[in-house]
Amino acid sequence: MSATSETSHGAEHHPGGESHGSLRGYVIGFLASVVLTVIPFWLVMADVTGNSLVTALLIMELGVAQILVHMYYFLHMNSSSQGGWTLMALIFTVVLVLITLIGSMWVMHHLNTLMMPMSADHMRHVP
Amino acid sequence: MAHTVASPDSGKDVEFYVRPGAHDDGHGHDADGGTMLGFWLYLMSDCLIFAVLFATHAVVGRSYAAGPSPADLFDLKLILISTFMLLFSSITYGFAMLEMEKNRLRPTIVWLAVTFFFGACFLGLELYEFSHLIHEGATPQRSAFLSSFFTLVGTHGLHVTVGMVWMIVLGVQLWQRGLIAENKRRLLCLSMFWHFLDVVWIGVFSFVYLMGVLP
Repeated sequence: MSATSETSHGAEHHPGGESHGSLRGYVIGFLASVVLTVIPFWLVMADVTGNSLVTALLIMELGVAQILVHMYYFLHMNSSSQGGWTLMALIFTVVLVLITLIGSMWVMHHLNTLMMPMSADHMRHVP
Repeated sequence: MAHTVASPDSGKDVEFYVRPGAHDDGHGHDADGGTMLGFWLYLMSDCLIFAVLFATHAVVGRSYAAGPSPADLFDLKLILISTFMLLFSSITYGFAMLEMEKNRLRPTIVWLAVTFFFGACFLGLELYEFSHLIHEGATPQRSAFLSSFFTLVGTHGLHVTVGMVWMIVLGVQLWQRGLIAENKRRLLCLSMFWHFLDVVWIGVFSFVYLMGVLP
């Protein structure tokens, strides 16, 4: 991105190192997104793998890939925009998001595992 | 009390306090007054809101309370179409930004209107899905899964709605004042907001819809 946009509209417009993209960049990003959207829907709707775990892992990988495509081609993230501070904020947020997601799932999974088994009769009288 | 501010330049023309280049300290890093970085930080905080809602859905997303499951409820074809609506709106907003770069007012507004149209299609499909679910008795209070589903997807839909209101307001501002520096800054902020919503939607369709219907 940086190489093409620097030459197309010059660095003096974007002293912060930001580029607003080029037509080429948007089209590449769009086509990549289309492919990365259609594949997971196809995997699920046609039940290609026949294995939930494999399909789920593939969906997650394709989702992460598409998020990276969006970040690069649409949001124009790079290490030089705003002196690198946008990237720093992003990395910090990703760390927090991962702690929130993985931590919640981990804690709640253990809570479910360690709970005393409850009969249906007990369940009905829970407040 | 002592601050009876009749600011000295209140009689002047309309001035917006962030002026591009006003704070350029020679390093060239904050030539836009840091607005872009500030807006990015807002988006990251918004990201945390969505992270919490995703975490909630991860925990209770399979607690159906003997009610309907995602496989019973979700129509993936509809979700695929609305995903494409949002994807189209992303690239048309990109075209609006490219026209803005060329200082062409009318095409910028036209592409903004096209973006609005696709956003409205997305929102219409989402509202149709919600009304369909509620009509089938799959209301937010039916099960923990449905509560977290409506909260997560509804919050995203609310963001899209706000983005569309912003688009209308910005369209009027562009119409009245043209591609002045302030409006360019606003277009850039809305661009980040809109693409960010598309990024969140990737998480929603992957995690809530596709992984939800898996057995």
